[in-house]
This record gives sequence, structure tokens and C-alpha cells, in this order.
Amino acid sequence: MRERVNKCLTSTVAWIDERFPLTANWKTHLSEYYAPKNFNFWYYFGSLALLVLVIQILTGIFLTMNYKPDAGMAFASVEYIMRDVSWGWLIRYMHSTGASMFFIVVYLHMFRGLLYGSHRNPRELIWLFGVGIFLCLMGEAFFGYLLPWGQMSYWGAQVIINLFNSIPFIGPDISLWIRGDYTIADATLNRFFAFHVIALPLVLLGLVVAHIIALHEVGSNNPDGIEIKKHKDPKTHIPLDGIPFHPYYTVKDIVGVVVFLMVFSCVIFFAPEMGGYFLEANNFIPANPLVTPPHIAPVWYFTPYYSILRAVPPLFNSQFPGVVAMGASVVIFAALPWLDRSPVKSIRYRGGLYKRWLTVFVVSFLVLGYLGTEPTTVWGTFDKHLMLLGGADRATVAARFCTAAYFLFFILMPWYTRIDKTKPVPERVTS
Amino acid sequence: MAKPEVDQSKRRFLVAATAGAGAVGAVAVAVPFVSSMLPSERAKAAGAPVEVDISNCETGVLKTAEWRGKVIWIVKRSKQMLDDLPTLNDKLSDPLLEVDQQPEYCKNATRSIKPEVMVLIGLCTHLGCSPTPKFKSAEGDMGEEWKGGFLCPCHGSKFDLAGRVFKGSPAPINLEVPPHKYLSDNMLLIGVGQDGKEA
Repeated sequence: MRERVNKCLTSTVAWIDERFPLTANWKTHLSEYYAPKNFNFWYYFGSLALLVLVIQILTGIFLTMNYKPDAGMAFASVEYIMRDVSWGWLIRYMHSTGASMFFIVVYLHMFRGLLYGSHRNPRELIWLFGVGIFLCLMGEAFFGYLLPWGQMSYWGAQVIINLFNSIPFIGPDISLWIRGDYTIADATLNRFFAFHVIALPLVLLGLVVAHIIALHEVGSNNPDGIEIKKHKDPKTHIPLDGIPFHPYYTVKDIVGVVVFLMVFSCVIFFAPEMGGYFLEANNFIPANPLVTPPHIAPVWYFTPYYSILRAVPPLFNSQFPGVVAMGASVVIFAALPWLDRSPVKSIRYRGGLYKRWLTVFVVSFLVLGYLGTEPTTVWGTFDKHLMLLGGADRATVAARFCTAAYFLFFILMPWYTRIDKTKPVPERVTS
Repeated sequence: MAKPEVDQSKRRFLVAATAGAGAVGAVAVAVPFVSSMLPSERAKAAGAPVEVDISNCETGVLKTAEWRGKVIWIVKRSKQMLDDLPTLNDKLSDPLLEVDQQPEYCKNATRSIKPEVMVLIGLCTHLGCSPTPKFKSAEGDMGEEWKGGFLCPCHGSKFDLAGRVFKGSPAPINLEVPPHKYLSDNMLLIGVGQDGKEA
């Protein structure tokens, strides 16, 4: 019996293989994809990002079955999902929590790149596809946030679309074109729905595929930042420090998945609003174009960039410099592979300069993130008689310092990575 | 058989011409898609001028109306309020209305057609939030020198009772005065100016 089943399976696979490279793909990407044997904790977040993507797509599909992209019905349809649809609350909380978890996982994934030089030659394209994925994610989050049609949805979109107004000459026409009406309206909601559920997910999936194909072409980096392909077994041509992704890393990643799902479930079941950070209180009030909520802040994952926007002072009565700085703070990640001139990739063999700058960057990112959730008056003002800073908001001054530090991390990188004292890099990976 | 001669320059020309024609076609096809995202005829019609009856307006009380989905503020200002306006000039970014944020017929000290009736679009020129009325002098947290005006809850921009922005506000320019005219003594039309110009 068992023999017959095996035979049947083998012949089915053979039939498929003549028509589609099933076994070949399985081997290239899993059973014979050799990944460095020294992956650590930081290497969980790539597969976790993929997991969250699947969660978002699945829950998203089921949400669209009951959601109505209509300014008159959207808010009520979300409440309908929450109250009347069987398990609707769970699907919706999975989706809203998934959005925040996506950013947590992706930020950690990007930080891993900064630690071990995963963006460096020959992995520049992987990094660029990754930046594309990050931009897509931000778009998804922004468009998706309008859909519940709450007060925060409405006024958040109003503030962000008005940023385009500040582009010289063509700004007002561009924001009119994005909105499709003179204000955020039904037309805006309907098109944001189209972007959120079909346009951006398609681009996102394409970029994810490109990201993985490029990764599997050059091979994974590792915490030592050295190429395992330099030392191959002379007979089999398999990297000596490589192990097959399946079963070794599939099993390792399952451990990560289990831990992740524990955290994820805790948030969904015990703190789906996360104290107003994942879902903001004002968004439980239907959108009202005539009343602005007293305090407007974006969701936490956008706050570092929002802080940068607020920190840059207007020039010639125009907000444009702030908008440019905010855009640059995101896009500048794309330049990273070429800004980094260090002879070594991994932080393990870099000198103190890079470590210090990375710390400065992370701290300013976090401070900017915190300040973005608060009004600019959160830390009060400096004493009126203080030189230069008299009467200024402390938080604004802090945000300006952090913005400068954020950009200096990138701008000075070619210089400090070159003069940094590096340690000798081992030939083979360390255990 | 002799190899046929390949005219490379002709081939290049044909490739370029085909690519060019294709590009023109692609742009032409993009036009309807891009244009479909502009305001529809219905949205434009809904943006038509609106009439507002101000006969029941009390002095010093905010009346709101809606035009093109934007909030319109109407306030009948008291004599005290009007007298306070010129005293604020040196605290304002643009007291003399140099930036074109009002129709020509409102480019005056009170930024209005009738001195007492303030008509403004109630959206902050910073990022489009709707400021909160703070009409009382020296009101609560607004400080003792406050003569009444508006405070934007988003980023703290301050405006006086003619919608002029105070120095140090994130908002770069004064609030906008919409085109409007009086159909009768107490009937306002928002959206068409008394010079016949639409927004």
C-alpha cells in the first residue's frame, strides 16, 4: 500500500516537473538553498514579515466581504463587522494589529541590515527592493487608515494630503487630483479603498518576490558579514559554512513564528488598541468635516517622520522644506549601500565610530517617534530670558536636534565609515 | 547566397519611431485614467455656491456653514472686536494682507464687505485642521493679551478675528476669505464674489 502511494506521488511529481519546474524551484529556494549556519535572533524578522503579509492579505479579504467603501456607510460597516459579523471583531483586530506588527517586524528587519551590513555589495538590489517594499507598506498603512472613516482617519488624511499643497505652483492641483473633490470626500474614500485592496498589494507582492529572488541569487548575508560562497566544498560546490534552508531554517523560523503569534495574540485579545497607539480613540467617532479633534497625531509608526515634518521651520511662508525633509528621511535609506564605505560589513568588526553613530541614529529615531505622538508643547517652553532659545517649545528644539542627528547619520557616513578603526575579519563564519 | 545588407541607420530610425509612437499612445491612454481621478461633474455641481441666511446671527457668536465640504465661519463682530483689530498689527505675520488670501473687495482693515460681518473658510492654512473659536478676551490659557480669535488644535496656530495669523504660528499665511456677496441685507451667497468671480 505504502509503496503504491509513494509510486503514485513520484509519478505525479514527475508529470508536473515535465511541465513546470516544481522540484527545481523547491531545491533552488528551500532544500538546496544554502544559508549561512550562523544566523541569530535578528534573522527571524524576514520570515515573520512574510507571515504578517499573509495575515494581512487573508484578513483583508474577509474584511472586504462586509466593508462598504462609501462615506455614508463606511463607519457603520466597520462597527457592523465589530458587533454583528461572526468573529468579525477578531478578523478586524487581527488586521489592525497586523498593521502595527508589520512595522515593528520591518523596522527590526531593517535594523538587522544596519547591524550586519546586509545592504552592502553585492546585495544593493535586495536593499532597494526592500526600500520599495517599505514605501509600499507606508502607502498601504496610509490608505488603509482612511477606510474606517473615523475622525482620525479623516483629519489624518486631510493633513497628509494638504502636504502636497505646499509643492510650489502645482501643489493645490495635485491635492485636488488625489482627493477627487474639494475636500476629503466619498470620492477620496472610494479610491483609497481601490489603492489599499488591489493596487498597492499587487505592487507589494511583486516587490516581495523580487526581494527574495535577488536574495537567493546572491545568497544571504550573516552576522559576520562575510561571503560563505568563498569557501565551497571542492566536490559538491556547496558552501562549507552553509546549511540547507529546509529543514534547518524552516524549523528555526517556526520557533520564531510561535513566539510571534503568542505576542500577536496577546495584543489582539488583551490590548487591541494598545493604549491608543495601535487604534486611536478619536477614530471611534465618525468623521466630521466641520470639527477637528483636539489633538491630531499619526499612528506610531509614522511619528518619527511626522516629527521631522514639524521640526523643520517654514521658509518663505511655505511648509515645503518640512515636506521635503520628511520625504528625504524615508527615501535616504535607498542611498545607504553607497554611503557606507567601511571595508567590513558587520558591526562585529567595525570600530567605535559606527557603533556610536548607529546609537545616535536609533536614539533620535525613537525620540522623534515619541515626540510625534505628543503635541509640541509636551515638554513646556524654555525660560523667556534664555539666550537664543528663549520662549521656544522644548519639544520642538529637541525634535530639531534629533532631525539633524538623523540626517547626519547618513550624510557623514561616507566619512566616518572610512576612517573608522576596523578589526580583522575572519575567513570563515564564527559559531 | 550573399548576406543581405542590413541598413543599420534605417533600422535604428524604425526602432526609435516605433518606440516614439508607442510612447505617445501610452501617454494618450493615460489621459482618461488620470483625468478620471479629478472631481467628477457631480462633485463639481455639489461645489456650487451656497446661500446663507445671517438674519439670526448674534453678535460675537460663531455661525458655521458648509461650502464644497469646507467649513465657512460667519461672525458678527462687536464694535470692541473691530476696534481691537488694528491694535494687533505688529503681532501679525501679514497684517496688511500682502498674500492673496482674500478677494479684492475684502482687502481692507476688517477683511470683509460689511465691516462687522466676518466671513472666512475655517480651515487652518498650515495643514487644514479646523481652528477652535476663542472669542473672549484673555480667555483661559490664551494669555492676558488675547483679544479674541481662533486657535488651531493641531499645531497651535493663532488667528485674530479677521483670520489674520499671529507671528510664530506654524500656519504661514492668513485664513482664506471665500468669494462671497450679499444677495440682500441678510442673505449671503458663498462661492461667487460680488465681482462675479468664482473660486
